Amino acid sequence: MSDSPKSVLLNPLLNNNPVTLQVLGICSALAVTSKLSTALIMCLALTVVTAFSNLFISFIRHQIPANIRIIVQMTIIASLVIVVDLFLKAYAFELSKQLSVFVGLIITNCIVLGRAEAFAMKNGPMLSFLDGIGNGLGYSVILIIVGTLRELFGSGSLLGHKILPLITEGGWFDPVGIMLLPPSAFFIIGLLIWAVRSWKKDQIEKAEYQIHQVHRTEIL
Amino acid sequence: MEAYLSLFLRAVFVENLALSFFLGMCTFLAISKKIETALGLGIAVLLVQVITVPVNNLIFQYLLKDGALAWAGLPDVDLSFLGLISYIGVIAAIVQILEMIIDRYFPKLYNALGVFLPLITVNCAILGGSLFMVERDYNFAESVVYGVGSGFGWALAITALAGIREKLKYSDVPDGLQGLGITFITVGLMSMAFMLFSGIQL
Repeated sequence: MSDSPKSVLLNPLLNNNPVTLQVLGICSALAVTSKLSTALIMCLALTVVTAFSNLFISFIRHQIPANIRIIVQMTIIASLVIVVDLFLKAYAFELSKQLSVFVGLIITNCIVLGRAEAFAMKNGPMLSFLDGIGNGLGYSVILIIVGTLRELFGSGSLLGHKILPLITEGGWFDPVGIMLLPPSAFFIIGLLIWAVRSWKKDQIEKAEYQIHQVHRTEIL
Repeated sequence: MEAYLSLFLRAVFVENLALSFFLGMCTFLAISKKIETALGLGIAVLLVQVITVPVNNLIFQYLLKDGALAWAGLPDVDLSFLGLISYIGVIAAIVQILEMIIDRYFPKLYNALGVFLPLITVNCAILGGSLFMVERDYNFAESVVYGVGSGFGWALAITALAGIREKLKYSDVPDGLQGLGITFITVGLMSMAFMLFSGIQL
Protein backbone atom coordinates (compact mmCIF):
# COMPACT_ATOMS: atom_id res chain seq x y z
CA MET A 1 0.00 0.00 0.00
CA SER A 2 1.43 3.36 -0.95
CA ASP A 3 1.34 5.91 1.84
CA SER A 4 0.37 9.07 0.01
CA PRO A 5 -2.23 11.01 1.99
CA LYS A 6 -4.76 10.66 -0.78
CA SER A 7 -4.57 6.88 -0.94
CA VAL A 8 -4.68 6.65 2.85
CA LEU A 9 -7.89 8.65 2.81
CA LEU A 10 -9.57 7.03 -0.17
CA ASN A 11 -8.47 3.40 -0.05
CA PRO A 12 -10.80 2.35 2.78
CA LEU A 13 -13.81 3.57 0.82
CA LEU A 14 -13.87 0.67 -1.60
CA ASN A 15 -10.60 -1.18 -2.06
CA ASN A 16 -10.04 -1.93 1.59
CA ASN A 17 -13.43 -1.28 3.11
CA PRO A 18 -13.52 -1.90 6.87
CA VAL A 19 -16.92 -3.59 6.80
CA THR A 20 -16.94 -5.65 3.62
CA LEU A 21 -13.28 -6.67 3.52
CA GLN A 22 -11.64 -6.28 6.90
CA VAL A 23 -14.75 -7.65 8.74
CA LEU A 24 -14.58 -4.90 11.34
CA GLY A 25 -17.31 -2.96 13.08
CA ILE A 26 -20.18 -5.09 11.96
CA CYS A 27 -22.22 -5.08 15.16
CA SER A 28 -23.29 -1.49 14.95
CA ALA A 29 -23.56 -1.58 11.16
CA LEU A 30 -26.43 -4.00 11.62
CA ALA A 31 -28.12 -2.67 14.69
CA VAL A 32 -28.55 1.03 13.97
CA THR A 33 -29.51 0.93 10.30
CA SER A 34 -33.27 0.49 10.47
CA LYS A 35 -33.52 4.27 10.05
CA LEU A 36 -31.31 6.59 8.04
CA SER A 37 -31.12 9.26 10.74
CA THR A 38 -29.66 6.95 13.39
CA ALA A 39 -27.27 5.52 10.82
CA LEU A 40 -26.03 9.02 9.93
CA ILE A 41 -25.43 9.98 13.55
CA MET A 42 -23.61 6.72 14.13
CA CYS A 43 -21.35 7.34 11.10
CA LEU A 44 -20.52 10.80 12.30
CA ALA A 45 -19.78 9.62 15.84
CA LEU A 46 -17.62 6.76 14.66
CA THR A 47 -15.66 8.85 12.15
CA VAL A 48 -14.89 11.46 14.79
CA VAL A 49 -13.81 8.88 17.35
CA THR A 50 -11.65 6.91 14.91
CA ALA A 51 -9.95 10.02 13.54
CA PHE A 52 -9.13 11.51 16.93
CA SER A 53 -8.16 8.26 18.61
CA ASN A 54 -5.78 7.62 15.70
CA LEU A 55 -4.39 11.13 16.06
CA PHE A 56 -3.79 10.95 19.82
CA ILE A 57 -2.45 7.42 19.83
CA SER A 58 -0.11 8.32 17.02
CA PHE A 59 1.20 11.29 19.04
CA ILE A 60 2.19 9.11 21.97
CA ARG A 61 3.05 5.97 20.04
CA HIS A 62 6.73 6.05 21.04
CA GLN A 63 5.92 6.46 24.72
CA ILE A 64 3.43 3.59 25.08
CA PRO A 65 5.04 0.43 26.55
CA ALA A 66 4.20 -2.49 24.28
CA ASN A 67 2.64 -4.80 26.85
CA ILE A 68 0.09 -2.36 28.24
CA ARG A 69 -0.71 -0.66 24.96
CA ILE A 70 -4.22 -2.12 24.69
CA ILE A 71 -5.24 -0.57 28.00
CA VAL A 72 -3.73 2.79 27.03
CA GLN A 73 -5.55 2.72 23.69
CA MET A 74 -8.77 1.69 25.39
CA THR A 75 -8.54 4.58 27.83
CA ILE A 76 -8.06 7.11 25.03
CA ILE A 77 -10.91 5.63 23.01
CA ALA A 78 -13.24 5.39 26.01
CA SER A 79 -12.62 9.04 26.91
CA LEU A 80 -13.41 10.13 23.35
CA VAL A 81 -16.57 8.05 23.31
CA ILE A 82 -17.71 9.59 26.60
CA VAL A 83 -17.25 13.04 25.05
CA VAL A 84 -19.28 12.04 21.99
CA ASP A 85 -21.94 10.42 24.15
CA LEU A 86 -22.37 13.49 26.35
CA PHE A 87 -22.41 15.72 23.27
CA LEU A 88 -25.20 13.66 21.70
CA LYS A 89 -27.17 13.65 24.94
CA ALA A 90 -26.93 17.43 25.04
CA TYR A 91 -27.75 18.28 21.42
CA ALA A 92 -29.63 15.29 19.97
CA PHE A 93 -31.32 13.70 22.93
CA GLU A 94 -34.02 11.83 20.97
CA LEU A 95 -31.49 10.23 18.65
CA SER A 96 -29.18 9.30 21.48
CA LYS A 97 -32.13 7.56 23.16
CA GLN A 98 -32.75 5.54 20.01
CA LEU A 99 -29.12 4.58 19.68
CA SER A 100 -29.24 3.43 23.34
CA VAL A 101 -26.17 1.36 24.16
CA PHE A 102 -24.67 1.53 20.69
CA VAL A 103 -22.92 4.85 21.22
CA GLY A 104 -21.12 3.30 24.18
CA LEU A 105 -20.31 0.29 22.09
CA ILE A 106 -18.17 2.43 19.76
CA ILE A 107 -15.47 1.70 22.37
CA THR A 108 -15.45 -1.93 21.39
CA ASN A 109 -16.07 -1.24 17.73
CA CYS A 110 -13.21 -3.14 16.20
CA ILE A 111 -12.62 -0.45 13.56
CA VAL A 112 -11.37 2.00 16.17
CA LEU A 113 -9.03 -0.35 17.98
CA GLY A 114 -8.10 -2.15 14.78
CA ARG A 115 -6.95 1.05 13.06
CA ALA A 116 -5.18 2.24 16.22
CA GLU A 117 -3.27 -1.03 16.39
CA ALA A 118 -2.64 -1.49 12.69
CA PHE A 119 -2.03 2.07 11.54
CA ALA A 120 -1.66 4.70 14.25
CA MET A 121 1.03 2.76 16.13
CA LYS A 122 3.23 2.83 13.03
CA ASN A 123 2.53 6.14 11.29
CA GLY A 124 2.72 9.84 11.97
CA PRO A 125 -0.16 11.91 13.40
CA MET A 126 -1.35 13.51 10.15
CA LEU A 127 -1.47 10.29 8.16
CA SER A 128 -3.15 8.50 11.07
CA PHE A 129 -5.77 11.21 11.30
CA LEU A 130 -6.52 10.83 7.58
CA ASP A 131 -6.61 7.06 7.92
CA GLY A 132 -9.13 7.43 10.72
CA ILE A 133 -11.32 9.68 8.59
CA GLY A 134 -10.97 7.35 5.61
CA ASN A 135 -12.00 4.28 7.55
CA GLY A 136 -14.81 6.18 9.21
CA LEU A 137 -16.06 7.14 5.74
CA GLY A 138 -15.70 3.59 4.45
CA TYR A 139 -17.88 2.44 7.32
CA SER A 140 -20.29 5.31 6.68
CA VAL A 141 -20.73 4.37 3.02
CA ILE A 142 -21.95 0.89 3.98
CA LEU A 143 -24.12 2.18 6.81
CA ILE A 144 -25.75 4.82 4.63
CA ILE A 145 -26.49 2.36 1.82
CA VAL A 146 -28.01 -0.16 4.24
CA GLY A 147 -29.87 2.53 6.16
CA THR A 148 -31.32 4.05 2.98
CA LEU A 149 -32.52 0.70 1.63
CA ARG A 150 -34.02 -0.36 4.95
CA GLU A 151 -35.86 2.86 5.65
CA LEU A 152 -37.02 3.39 2.07
CA PHE A 153 -38.47 -0.08 1.58
CA GLY A 154 -39.36 -0.77 5.20
CA SER A 155 -41.38 2.33 5.92
CA GLY A 156 -41.49 4.19 2.61
CA SER A 157 -39.71 7.25 3.89
CA LEU A 158 -36.24 8.76 4.10
CA LEU A 159 -35.12 10.70 7.17
CA GLY A 160 -38.79 10.74 8.18
CA HIS A 161 -40.02 12.33 4.92
CA LYS A 162 -42.52 10.29 2.91
CA ILE A 163 -41.07 9.14 -0.41
CA LEU A 164 -43.27 6.22 -1.31
CA PRO A 165 -46.95 6.72 -0.35
CA LEU A 166 -48.13 3.80 1.79
CA ILE A 167 -51.25 1.76 1.08
CA THR A 168 -52.49 2.41 4.60
CA GLU A 169 -52.47 6.12 3.81
CA GLY A 170 -54.12 5.84 0.41
CA GLY A 171 -50.94 5.38 -1.66
CA TRP A 172 -49.72 2.37 -3.62
CA PHE A 173 -46.65 1.16 -1.71
CA ASP A 174 -46.95 -1.92 0.48
CA PRO A 175 -44.10 -1.69 3.00
CA VAL A 176 -41.74 -4.64 3.15
CA GLY A 177 -41.98 -5.51 6.82
CA ILE A 178 -38.85 -7.61 6.99
CA MET A 179 -36.72 -4.58 6.09
CA LEU A 180 -37.39 -3.17 9.55
CA LEU A 181 -36.44 -6.41 11.24
CA PRO A 182 -32.81 -7.20 12.11
CA PRO A 183 -32.18 -10.13 9.70
CA SER A 184 -32.64 -7.94 6.63
CA ALA A 185 -29.44 -6.09 7.50
CA PHE A 186 -27.52 -9.34 7.21
CA PHE A 187 -29.01 -10.07 3.80
CA ILE A 188 -28.34 -6.56 2.50
CA ILE A 189 -24.72 -6.57 3.66
CA GLY A 190 -24.24 -10.11 2.35
CA LEU A 191 -25.53 -9.10 -1.08
CA LEU A 192 -23.52 -5.87 -0.95
CA ILE A 193 -20.37 -7.91 -0.41
CA TRP A 194 -21.36 -10.02 -3.38
CA ALA A 195 -21.80 -6.92 -5.52
CA VAL A 196 -18.46 -5.39 -4.48
CA ARG A 197 -16.62 -8.64 -5.04
CA SER A 198 -18.14 -9.26 -8.45
CA TRP A 199 -16.73 -5.89 -9.42
CA LYS A 200 -13.37 -6.14 -7.61
CA LYS A 201 -12.45 -9.73 -8.40
CA ASP A 202 -9.28 -9.70 -6.29
CA GLN A 203 -11.32 -9.55 -3.08
CA ILE A 204 -12.88 -12.96 -3.67
CA GLU A 205 -11.99 -15.50 -0.97
CA LYS A 206 -10.70 -18.89 -1.99
CA ALA A 207 -12.98 -21.81 -1.23
CA GLU A 208 -11.61 -24.14 1.43
CA TYR A 209 -12.89 -27.18 -0.36
CA GLN A 210 -12.69 -27.45 -4.12
CA ILE A 211 -15.61 -29.17 -5.76
CA HIS A 212 -14.46 -31.57 -8.42
CA GLN A 213 -15.35 -30.31 -11.88
CA VAL A 214 -17.26 -32.99 -13.73
CA HIS A 215 -17.36 -32.78 -17.49
CA ARG A 216 -20.53 -33.68 -19.25
CA THR A 217 -18.76 -36.45 -21.13
CA GLU A 218 -17.83 -38.19 -17.87
CA ILE A 219 -21.47 -38.54 -16.86
CA LEU A 220 -22.63 -39.80 -20.21
CA MET B 1 -37.48 -17.92 41.51
CA GLU B 2 -39.70 -18.04 38.45
CA ALA B 3 -38.75 -14.49 37.60
CA TYR B 4 -35.08 -15.49 37.46
CA LEU B 5 -35.83 -18.49 35.30
CA SER B 6 -37.74 -16.37 32.83
CA LEU B 7 -34.98 -13.74 32.85
CA PHE B 8 -32.49 -16.50 32.03
CA LEU B 9 -34.56 -17.88 29.17
CA ARG B 10 -35.17 -14.40 27.80
CA ALA B 11 -31.44 -13.67 27.86
CA VAL B 12 -30.63 -16.93 26.08
CA PHE B 13 -33.31 -17.06 23.41
CA VAL B 14 -35.50 -13.99 23.05
CA GLU B 15 -32.78 -11.40 23.55
CA ASN B 16 -29.86 -13.42 22.28
CA LEU B 17 -26.89 -11.02 22.23
CA ALA B 18 -25.49 -12.31 18.96
CA LEU B 19 -28.60 -12.95 16.92
CA SER B 20 -31.01 -10.24 18.00
CA PHE B 21 -28.67 -7.45 19.10
CA PHE B 22 -25.74 -8.30 16.82
CA LEU B 23 -23.15 -7.94 19.53
CA GLY B 24 -19.75 -9.54 19.24
CA MET B 25 -20.30 -9.90 15.50
CA CYS B 26 -16.67 -9.43 14.49
CA THR B 27 -15.46 -12.44 16.45
CA PHE B 28 -18.73 -14.20 15.75
CA LEU B 29 -18.06 -14.14 12.01
CA ALA B 30 -14.28 -14.47 12.13
CA ILE B 31 -13.90 -17.38 14.54
CA SER B 32 -16.72 -19.69 13.59
CA LYS B 33 -15.09 -21.91 10.99
CA LYS B 34 -14.58 -24.88 13.30
CA ILE B 35 -16.87 -26.17 16.05
CA GLU B 36 -14.01 -26.79 18.49
CA THR B 37 -12.58 -23.28 18.45
CA ALA B 38 -16.07 -21.78 18.42
CA LEU B 39 -16.98 -23.77 21.51
CA GLY B 40 -13.76 -22.72 23.25
CA LEU B 41 -14.43 -19.09 22.49
CA GLY B 42 -18.04 -19.47 23.59
CA ILE B 43 -16.97 -20.87 26.96
CA ALA B 44 -14.43 -18.08 27.40
CA VAL B 45 -17.08 -15.44 26.70
CA LEU B 46 -19.46 -17.16 29.11
CA LEU B 47 -16.79 -17.15 31.86
CA VAL B 48 -15.95 -13.49 31.39
CA GLN B 49 -19.59 -12.49 31.12
CA VAL B 50 -20.51 -14.31 34.35
CA ILE B 51 -17.87 -12.35 36.24
CA THR B 52 -17.99 -8.92 34.61
CA VAL B 53 -21.74 -8.27 34.58
CA PRO B 54 -22.17 -8.71 38.37
CA VAL B 55 -18.94 -6.83 39.13
CA ASN B 56 -19.99 -3.92 36.93
CA ASN B 57 -23.39 -4.09 38.60
CA LEU B 58 -21.77 -3.60 42.02
CA ILE B 59 -19.68 -0.72 40.69
CA PHE B 60 -22.74 0.91 39.18
CA GLN B 61 -24.94 0.45 42.24
CA TYR B 62 -22.41 1.53 44.87
CA LEU B 63 -20.12 3.99 43.12
CA LEU B 64 -21.51 5.51 39.94
CA LYS B 65 -25.29 5.75 40.15
CA ASP B 66 -26.91 9.08 40.97
CA GLY B 67 -26.76 9.33 44.77
CA ALA B 68 -24.91 6.01 45.07
CA LEU B 69 -22.11 7.58 47.06
CA ALA B 70 -24.49 8.40 49.93
CA TRP B 71 -22.68 5.81 52.07
CA ALA B 72 -19.53 7.90 51.76
CA GLY B 73 -21.37 11.05 52.79
CA LEU B 74 -21.67 12.43 49.25
CA PRO B 75 -25.37 12.09 48.38
CA ASP B 76 -25.33 14.68 45.58
CA VAL B 77 -22.58 13.16 43.48
CA ASP B 78 -23.52 11.59 40.14
CA LEU B 79 -20.61 9.81 38.54
CA SER B 80 -22.59 7.94 35.89
CA PHE B 81 -20.68 9.75 33.11
CA LEU B 82 -17.64 7.72 34.17
CA GLY B 83 -19.58 4.55 33.42
CA LEU B 84 -18.10 3.60 30.06
CA ILE B 85 -14.50 4.02 31.09
CA SER B 86 -14.92 2.08 34.34
CA TYR B 87 -16.76 -0.83 32.71
CA ILE B 88 -14.17 -1.25 30.01
CA GLY B 89 -11.44 -0.98 32.65
CA VAL B 90 -13.09 -3.69 34.72
CA ILE B 91 -13.48 -5.89 31.65
CA ALA B 92 -9.86 -5.46 30.59
CA ALA B 93 -8.62 -6.13 34.12
CA ILE B 94 -10.80 -9.22 34.63
CA VAL B 95 -9.81 -10.69 31.29
CA GLN B 96 -6.17 -10.17 32.25
CA ILE B 97 -6.63 -11.78 35.69
CA LEU B 98 -8.64 -14.64 34.28
CA GLU B 99 -5.92 -15.25 31.72
CA MET B 100 -3.28 -15.51 34.45
CA ILE B 101 -5.42 -17.79 36.64
CA ILE B 102 -6.30 -20.13 33.81
CA ASP B 103 -2.67 -20.20 32.67
CA ARG B 104 -1.54 -21.13 36.20
CA TYR B 105 -4.17 -23.71 37.18
CA PHE B 106 -5.77 -25.02 33.98
CA PRO B 107 -2.99 -25.09 31.37
CA LYS B 108 -5.03 -27.38 29.12
CA LEU B 109 -7.93 -24.96 28.93
CA TYR B 110 -5.43 -22.12 28.46
CA ASN B 111 -3.94 -23.77 25.42
CA ALA B 112 -7.36 -24.50 24.00
CA LEU B 113 -8.50 -20.88 24.34
CA GLY B 114 -5.20 -19.51 23.07
CA VAL B 115 -5.39 -16.08 21.54
CA PHE B 116 -9.15 -15.70 22.04
CA LEU B 117 -8.91 -14.89 25.71
CA PRO B 118 -7.21 -11.48 25.37
CA LEU B 119 -9.42 -10.69 22.36
CA ILE B 120 -12.50 -10.91 24.55
CA THR B 121 -11.69 -7.45 25.93
CA VAL B 122 -12.82 -5.94 22.67
CA ASN B 123 -15.79 -8.24 22.20
CA CYS B 124 -18.82 -5.97 22.19
CA ALA B 125 -21.01 -8.71 23.64
CA ILE B 126 -19.23 -8.30 26.98
CA LEU B 127 -19.47 -4.52 27.14
CA GLY B 128 -22.97 -4.71 25.66
CA GLY B 129 -24.06 -7.06 28.43
CA SER B 130 -22.85 -4.61 31.07
CA LEU B 131 -24.49 -1.65 29.32
CA PHE B 132 -27.83 -3.43 29.00
CA MET B 133 -27.58 -4.36 32.67
CA VAL B 134 -27.16 -0.68 33.54
CA GLU B 135 -29.87 0.50 31.16
CA ARG B 136 -32.41 -1.97 32.61
CA ASP B 137 -31.29 -1.27 36.18
CA TYR B 138 -30.97 -4.91 37.25
CA ASN B 139 -30.28 -5.67 40.91
CA PHE B 140 -27.36 -7.88 41.90
CA ALA B 141 -29.15 -11.25 41.70
CA GLU B 142 -30.72 -10.36 38.35
CA SER B 143 -27.35 -9.28 37.01
CA VAL B 144 -25.84 -12.67 37.91
CA VAL B 145 -28.65 -14.47 36.09
CA TYR B 146 -28.43 -12.09 33.13
CA GLY B 147 -24.64 -12.58 32.93
CA VAL B 148 -24.99 -16.36 32.81
CA GLY B 149 -27.91 -16.26 30.38
CA SER B 150 -26.45 -13.79 27.90
CA GLY B 151 -23.06 -15.52 27.91
CA PHE B 152 -24.70 -18.88 27.39
CA GLY B 153 -26.84 -17.52 24.57
CA TRP B 154 -23.79 -16.14 22.78
CA ALA B 155 -21.91 -19.42 23.17
CA LEU B 156 -24.92 -21.31 21.83
CA ALA B 157 -25.19 -19.04 18.80
CA ILE B 158 -21.52 -19.24 17.80
CA THR B 159 -21.43 -23.01 18.20
CA ALA B 160 -24.54 -23.38 16.06
CA LEU B 161 -23.07 -21.13 13.36
CA ALA B 162 -19.81 -23.10 13.38
CA GLY B 163 -21.81 -26.30 12.92
CA ILE B 164 -23.54 -24.86 9.88
CA ARG B 165 -20.32 -23.48 8.41
CA GLU B 166 -18.56 -26.83 8.74
CA LYS B 167 -21.20 -28.35 6.48
CA LEU B 168 -21.37 -25.28 4.29
CA LYS B 169 -17.82 -25.55 3.05
CA TYR B 170 -18.79 -28.51 0.88
CA SER B 171 -21.45 -26.56 -0.95
CA ASP B 172 -21.07 -24.79 -4.27
CA VAL B 173 -21.26 -21.10 -3.44
CA PRO B 174 -21.02 -18.37 -6.13
CA ASP B 175 -17.49 -16.91 -6.25
CA GLY B 176 -18.30 -13.43 -4.99
CA LEU B 177 -20.36 -14.79 -2.13
CA GLN B 178 -17.67 -17.21 -0.97
CA GLY B 179 -16.59 -16.81 2.64
CA LEU B 180 -17.88 -13.65 4.26
CA GLY B 181 -20.87 -13.08 2.00
CA ILE B 182 -22.49 -16.46 2.47
CA THR B 183 -21.78 -16.31 6.21
CA PHE B 184 -23.74 -13.09 6.45
CA ILE B 185 -26.71 -14.65 4.69
CA THR B 186 -26.52 -17.74 6.91
CA VAL B 187 -26.48 -15.61 10.04
CA GLY B 188 -29.44 -13.66 8.67
CA LEU B 189 -31.42 -16.88 8.32
CA MET B 190 -30.39 -18.00 11.81
CA SER B 191 -31.44 -14.67 13.22
CA MET B 192 -34.82 -15.05 11.51
CA ALA B 193 -35.21 -18.43 13.16
CA PHE B 194 -34.40 -16.91 16.54
CA MET B 195 -37.00 -14.23 15.95
CA LEU B 196 -39.65 -16.90 16.35
CA PHE B 197 -38.89 -16.79 20.06
CA SER B 198 -39.72 -13.12 20.21
CA GLY B 199 -43.45 -13.67 20.64
CA ILE B 200 -42.92 -15.77 23.73
CA GLN B 201 -43.84 -14.02 26.94
CA LEU B 202 -42.50 -15.65 30.07
